[in-house]
Amino acid sequence: MQTADNKPAMTRLTYLEALVQAQIEEMERDERVVLMGEDILVFGGDTVVQRFGNNRIWNMPISEGSFTGLAIGAAINGLRPVLDLTTASFIYLASDQIINQASKLRYMTGGQIDIPIVFRCCMHSVGAKAAQHADRPYPFFMNVPGLKIISPTTAADIKGLMKSAIRDGDPVLVFEDPRLWPLKGDVPTDPDHLIPIGKADVKREGNDVTLVAIAGAIRPTMEAVNALAEESISVEVIDPRTLKPLDHETIKSSVAKTGRLVVVENGHRVCNVGAEIAAVMAEEAFDLLKRPILRVCAPDIHVPFSPALEKDFFATKERIITAVLRLL
Amino acid sequence: MLRIRRFEEEGIRQFNGGKIPGPFHSSVGQEAAIVGACLALRYDDTVTGTHRSHGHPIGKGAHLNALMAELMGKEDGICKGRGGSMHLADRSVGIISESAIVGGGIPIATGCAFGAKVRRIDQVTLCFFGDGAVNQGTFHESLNMASLWKLPVIYVCENNGFAITTSVAQSHGQPDIALRAAGYGMPGVTVDGQDVSAVYTTTAEAVTRARAGDGPTLVVANTYRFDEHDFRLVIPGEPYRSIEDVEAHKRDRDPILLYRTRLIEEGVNDQSLRAIEYEVAKAVKQAAEFALSSPMPRPETLPDYMFNSPLPGHCGPAAGQHRIDRHANC
Ligand SMILES: Cc1ncc(C[n+]2csc(CCOP(=O)(O)OP(=O)(O)O)c2C)c(N)n1
Ligand SMILES: [Mg+2]
Repeated sequence: MQTADNKPAMTRLTYLEALVQAQIEEMERDERVVLMGEDILVFGGDTVVQRFGNNRIWNMPISEGSFTGLAIGAAINGLRPVLDLTTASFIYLASDQIINQASKLRYMTGGQIDIPIVFRCCMHSVGAKAAQHADRPYPFFMNVPGLKIISPTTAADIKGLMKSAIRDGDPVLVFEDPRLWPLKGDVPTDPDHLIPIGKADVKREGNDVTLVAIAGAIRPTMEAVNALAEESISVEVIDPRTLKPLDHETIKSSVAKTGRLVVVENGHRVCNVGAEIAAVMAEEAFDLLKRPILRVCAPDIHVPFSPALEKDFFATKERIITAVLRLL
Repeated sequence: MLRIRRFEEEGIRQFNGGKIPGPFHSSVGQEAAIVGACLALRYDDTVTGTHRSHGHPIGKGAHLNALMAELMGKEDGICKGRGGSMHLADRSVGIISESAIVGGGIPIATGCAFGAKVRRIDQVTLCFFGDGAVNQGTFHESLNMASLWKLPVIYVCENNGFAITTSVAQSHGQPDIALRAAGYGMPGVTVDGQDVSAVYTTTAEAVTRARAGDGPTLVVANTYRFDEHDFRLVIPGEPYRSIEDVEAHKRDRDPILLYRTRLIEEGVNDQSLRAIEYEVAKAVKQAAEFALSSPMPRPETLPDYMFNSPLPGHCGPAAGQHRIDRHANC
């Protein structure tokens, strides 16, 4: 879909609207796509029922372990489920089925079966949810072969990547940060607007330092970058968009230019994405680095309840600025 | 039944000869429970099973060659040497998975039936699991969902009385497993799992209900495993079941002997039974020869079958990208 001046037609949507639109368009395109989740019929699902009938959207009982397996079985048998696991912390209950079944069955059967399924995991990390509702568990799943993991940060990206995930033939985990939901952006109206899984995006070009920002950490990162620009410090911002497979090349090309790297994320410190990126850079791009790699992330402590303790727990603009200045 | 028995016996020979790596869980003694249930299915119905996986595909009509080759980890194995003894899934006869995570296949079977319901096809799914798996949360959660949505699934518990060494009496608050069905609002039936006709009749009724849209059934087939839990397992201390009990079952409760006797009583002539026995022996011998002569998978095929839709940077797909790149994530 193109406008007269040959630019793709755009519409302005929030991240959440773009995500919902991606699901609806894919349901329209492919009758095998079904939505499943707890209380899903009430939270936005009524419009889906009006449009597609009640065979395409299913309220799940509180049985994460088994409704995840049920969705996997349905994927094996001809459906393309989008399973909303609601709060990312609940994924631990579902993890046996995701890891021992979804990620492995294709390999273990020598390719006899396929599991085209999307798991939505929302990382409601802030807002006094306390530790059992605030996790960002993507690093655990990065250690599992056979899974693809995306974490888009803009409206256009979530739409294009969500569509790619639904059309993909393998299990894909989507880690959303609800703090991105209200952000507006231009989104192509083309129903085949796809963003390939596995491709990073340079969100801001710069020369002095490379900042890799993961998921919701993009917000404080952009605030920090804008503040640094006023001090004439030029920062390049990379959003991997896909955590697995990670796009090494885009990060390496940026580091080739800046020689300095900070990874910003809201995952805990030990074995997080920053640790993986640091290892990859050490192996593949050691000579490009002028300074040590730094990580701005959550500490190895549980997410606290009290706003006073929670305030500076995750990556903040100030902590990011401090890290950048340390490298210059 | 005889195909399973002879396949297992040949497997054990090959196992003892060092040709089969890993654990080996034999289905000897449980053939009637497996075959009676599978016979009630249509060719396009689906099945999930367990770590005790050899009998299920054979019961559903699988060719033996690729199964035996899989036990040996060969390239021509049904799972290309990626599954092995605990995972003999043969999709061509409807076996979609054999889960060695005890209870792990129960939600998968339930979802398979859910898929059939949403797609409005009249396929049913049969889910095999052991008495041990009944104590997993997946059993409870899955039976609830199957009942709630009247899914076309038949849960068949191969109740051999033990989960490794732990008896039903030692581990079940309600040892009558079929009674659990009532708690989920579905019928629960106990059947003599050594009587292939009885298992068939009971399962066929459940299949009819499922196909008619009347929902799931729990079938508990009481059976007995003649061999040790797993041939590699050494169990220390006092035996958890008496040798006399095992011997008595082998003598009086062998499902194949019981059925053979019954067929003779019903006037089937011995000659035709011998012809079947000969055929089975031939097929098993052929399977062993096929498996022994099949090559081992080549190391460069390690990443094959990981993905349907391969991506840059991920381990290679089946389609020709066998190279392991130094810089890839492999
Ligand atoms: C989740 C899980 N826990 C424990 C085991 C170890 N294990 C393997 S088989 C088995 C016993 C299973 O008993 P049952 O379900 O009755 O099947 P059977 O072996 O008798 O056929 C156990 C405990 C496992 N494989 N998976
Ligand atoms: Mg048992």
